[in-house]
Amino acid sequence: MGLRRVAVVGAGMTKFVRRSLETGRELAWEAVSKALESCEMTLDQIDCVVIGSAPDAFDGVHMKGEWLSTGAGAWGKPCMRGFVGGGTGVFSPAQGWYHIASGLFDTCLVVCEERMSPTQPHPQAAFNTIFDNFTERALGPNLLWIFALEMNAYMTRYGLSKADVAQVAVKNKRNAADHPASQLGDANITLQDILDSEVLAWPVQRLDVSPVTDGAVAIVMAADSVARRVTPKPVWIEGIGWNLDTAYWTNRDLSYPTYVEEAARMAYRMAGITEPRKQIHIAEPYDPFDYKELHHLEGLLLFDKGKAPEATALGITQRNGDLPVCPSGGLLGVGNPIAAAALMKIAELFWQLRGEAGKRQVPGDPRRGVAQAWGDLMQVGTVVVMGK
Amino acid sequence: MEHLVYPTKGLSEQAFEKSEVLFETWHVKAEYAWDTGVAMGKYLDELKNGRLIGRRCFKCKRVMIPPRMFCEQCFRPTDEWVYVQDTGTVKTFSLCYVRWDMVRLKEPEIPAVIDIDGASKGMGILHKLGEVDPQAVKIGMRVQAVWKPPAERTGSITDIAYFKPI
Amino acid sequence: MGLLHTLERSTEARVYYGTMGVYHRYTAGVAGEKFLRALKDEGKLFGTKCPRCGYVYVPARLYCERDAAHLDDATWVPVGPEGELVSFTAVYTDLDGHRLETPQWVGLVRLDGASSVTMHYLGEVQPEALRVGMRVRVVLKPANERVGSIKDIAYFKPI
Repeated sequence: MGLRRVAVVGAGMTKFVRRSLETGRELAWEAVSKALESCEMTLDQIDCVVIGSAPDAFDGVHMKGEWLSTGAGAWGKPCMRGFVGGGTGVFSPAQGWYHIASGLFDTCLVVCEERMSPTQPHPQAAFNTIFDNFTERALGPNLLWIFALEMNAYMTRYGLSKADVAQVAVKNKRNAADHPASQLGDANITLQDILDSEVLAWPVQRLDVSPVTDGAVAIVMAADSVARRVTPKPVWIEGIGWNLDTAYWTNRDLSYPTYVEEAARMAYRMAGITEPRKQIHIAEPYDPFDYKELHHLEGLLLFDKGKAPEATALGITQRNGDLPVCPSGGLLGVGNPIAAAALMKIAELFWQLRGEAGKRQVPGDPRRGVAQAWGDLMQVGTVVVMGK
Repeated sequence: MEHLVYPTKGLSEQAFEKSEVLFETWHVKAEYAWDTGVAMGKYLDELKNGRLIGRRCFKCKRVMIPPRMFCEQCFRPTDEWVYVQDTGTVKTFSLCYVRWDMVRLKEPEIPAVIDIDGASKGMGILHKLGEVDPQAVKIGMRVQAVWKPPAERTGSITDIAYFKPI
Repeated sequence: MGLLHTLERSTEARVYYGTMGVYHRYTAGVAGEKFLRALKDEGKLFGTKCPRCGYVYVPARLYCERDAAHLDDATWVPVGPEGELVSFTAVYTDLDGHRLETPQWVGLVRLDGASSVTMHYLGEVQPEALRVGMRVRVVLKPANERVGSIKDIAYFKPI
């Protein structure tokens, strides 16, 4: 392609908490300070900043990108905000990538932050406006409806039971017990705990859902020559992809995320991946609900349609399995501060591929990982392939 | 990488209830008056008349509901209005025990995506089911709109009270 | 390309109403909490001074936006109670656009010791005497009326 190679050279994050004392700007700075510390860089060595944040309605501020910029290290720098709902956390590094690959900048700081806690009476309420103002809002919908409707469509199409799906929540919450930032990690959680939890919108139960969270993550990206000076272990961005399906969500086939497949194909093509299941060693798909991990694994072409549950049951997606999925603990275990959640997955791949993931470290010598996120009216797919 | 996780300060809900932390509450005054546009204007008018209407694109041949004045796949204006039936098939459904603000409900609401007869395959709309035992609802069930009496219709999707099994 | 559709009669226009049912609860933050408590409990104003670039932020901030330095407890410095009026204006309409009977005076003040500028109300104002550069002084609400809000400052007055 003739473009410069771009690597992630540093990463840092806040703890993911239910409600932070910190303002959004302070959270952004906490993540930035740790990211800079991780690669011993200073703010004046950062050429540009990419901010990722989902609806302003959560933090409850106007023009969130500009508002956050002071804490995100963007003072006096070229700064751009990207927003594709939950897809933002994987889209932001893609933006960072083209800032550098284009030759315009050598280094880029990517910062994603979200506070759900300011939204009252419950962050769920802010999603009310996701529904069409003319054809849907008058029905008094709840965001859970969309997930429950999609989950039911997926489960019914492939004849899945709740247990087939809930095993993902068990895996991820247990994995998250080893993540120092996690909000809901639990080494002892069982399948029965998930199945006994309160029914919210059948088939969705309370423990099928990721928690409401405040948090921020930041990564430092650099061009080839700079990256090698900063760290002996740069992790390269090998492929990026993003795709948008129709916002008329009721017209879609809800049992399969076509937009994830399209985004994945774009990223795999760029990364030269022809056999994803063989060539990818770790996957961090977006898991705001347990069934979504399965849905997205199929969209990522890592398992055939309807086959991800079986692979999970066989232990293939455990940390010591053939294809570890969400070794971080995912959104289900670590937490879901919308835009920051998926950047946490990018940071996880960064640490995993460098052998720095501590107790979460996937064994063997993983060389390539894929992170994927999903958002907006559930119609955006964003994918990044990283490798060493 | 433990040292790369900042020790963020988490608060409990009690901290707010007991005013152990300072906070400000702000109600954003956001009220909207939307012009319905051509497609939605017609859709809502026809709902008041007790009918569902869609729109056809001659190029891809889809009959779309909700109607739209341009086809988002062919990216050209759509061509004609098409009345569709008020019957359909349940594409998916849920039994929801919480309200939009997470307040618990005793009896579940039954949201569903219903593929409407007369529109192209897979053209679903969001609505609710009624007059049905929640445990008896199945994907693939055939349903029929239950309309509010004409005097109670306002030109809204709720002019259909719910869909019930045929 | 012109409009595809026009209305024949204005009565064909349809309006659909809606609102957003959320409100927000904001914390002041790590630095903000400490700043507002000092204001409430001690009637004192503080800034934080960056050890690298020397910039003093008022209200006090947790971090320096210029170099990402951590502005910890050791960087807290008292500022004010007097300062310089950097700019001012008289506001004649409220948030909904209605005319106010008496204008609301608002000013930007650089408190003594601060680098940054703070916005607040101006009070005890003689309009014809207001000048950019003039000295002003903070007027606090009485201690028993202070709640830990920026409005624990009642206004700044020219001196």
